[in-house]
Amino acid sequence: MTDAAVAITRTVDARGSFCPGPLMELIRAIRESQVGDVIAVYSSDKGSKTDIPKWVEKAGHRLVSLETSDGYDVIVVEKLR
Amino acid sequence: MQRILILGGGVGGTLTANLLVKKLRARIDRGEVGLSVVDLTGQHVYQPGFMYIAMGGERAANLQRPERSLLDKRVTLVIGEVARIDVDHQVVTLTDGRPLGYDQLVLATGSRIVPETIEHFDTEAQHFYTAEAAARLRVALDRFAGGRIVIGIAGMPYKCPPAPLEVAFLIEAELRQRDLRDRTTIDYCSPIGRAFTIESVSEMATPILAEKGIELHTFFNVEAIDAERKVVQSLEGEELPYDLLILVPPHKGQQFLMDSGLAPAPGGWLPTDRATLQVGGRPNVYALGDATDLPLSKAGSTAHFEAPVVTERIVAAIEGRGVDHKHGDYLGKVMCFFEVGDGKGTLLQFDYNHPPRPPKPNQIWHLGKIVFNKTYWHTVPKGRV
Repeated sequence: MTDAAVAITRTVDARGSFCPGPLMELIRAIRESQVGDVIAVYSSDKGSKTDIPKWVEKAGHRLVSLETSDGYDVIVVEKLR
Repeated sequence: MQRILILGGGVGGTLTANLLVKKLRARIDRGEVGLSVVDLTGQHVYQPGFMYIAMGGERAANLQRPERSLLDKRVTLVIGEVARIDVDHQVVTLTDGRPLGYDQLVLATGSRIVPETIEHFDTEAQHFYTAEAAARLRVALDRFAGGRIVIGIAGMPYKCPPAPLEVAFLIEAELRQRDLRDRTTIDYCSPIGRAFTIESVSEMATPILAEKGIELHTFFNVEAIDAERKVVQSLEGEELPYDLLILVPPHKGQQFLMDSGLAPAPGGWLPTDRATLQVGGRPNVYALGDATDLPLSKAGSTAHFEAPVVTERIVAAIEGRGVDHKHGDYLGKVMCFFEVGDGKGTLLQFDYNHPPRPPKPNQIWHLGKIVFNKTYWHTVPKGRV
């Protein structure tokens, strides 16, 4: 699942942080961002790749991509509202 | 003289001071080591008791004792407010200008609540994170005659993670006893995708919520309170109407830690090594308890199990020997009781590698919590357990 055309506005490196750390870091970034901003979250916590997409759907944002590389996940989210 | 300076007279600071005396008594008596604790008020407060002011007839006066009475006589108690820490020059400056030099620094500075960061929190929401607020919640519960109760968490991390669930269970039980349950709805709002951060605890608590008819709302991150319409709104776009709103207030680390460049804004949590408890890679600065950024419960229990680690590392440095890793590495141990209402409780015991496996709730663990609370003054701060 990738979307190469989207430019990342902000990167949140939450590697080494455990559930719900990465989700909480994303929520903080969303609160501080503008509509249309794209946030990339790096997470080494296994729960993030299920928790974060569920939260993104409930909160009405867009999951741009979710990829795994070098033992961590990169989850990219666009703020829609 | 080697100077050990501990900032904070809560569980972590007090216990560390007393454990250091046990290990360094002779050196302190010979004047080779000096040990000071700095505390803002000079009063040691047993914060886990606040919930029982709201729920169990506890009195604020029973939850506070002079810090001096808990510290070994060899420890110097300095009452004052920290303004700044200069780690390059190893000096802590108080707001009245007093400089306190150190060779080993322990940051046991806790967390603070910041309800003012959410508009209308002070006038609309109840909480139990100070003795005064807990007493106000008790009054609100006494006046409650049925309606909609919403219990939620207005920011993570926060102190004593099980507390809002415990309060939900205890209130539900109380309302049944007062014959108000059939006239009341209770909503429980969790900021994450389940009832509790730790999966095994969530698996235990979720069926209890269902059994008690408490509706669980997941991914509910409190964003605003509409005081006029009496609704609490989430970042995710949900709204819940309330007659009685109980929210865990947002928490932060101490401002002087951010001002001193030791902890990043806006949270103010100290970047702490999960095993050594050293702050920012500095060999002579340690943190424990709520002040750290570790992914663990902000609870007295965490500080309780971290204090021996800090003690061993400081003693090793002063004695000029290597650290005994059996005692000098923190493995993430935490242990706390968990009330489920109706006189029953359970126990959460875990570390970094072993999630809790809470036993089936029973009366024993509820009584265990009561006994622990009552005997706290004679056990934990003095290093007897």
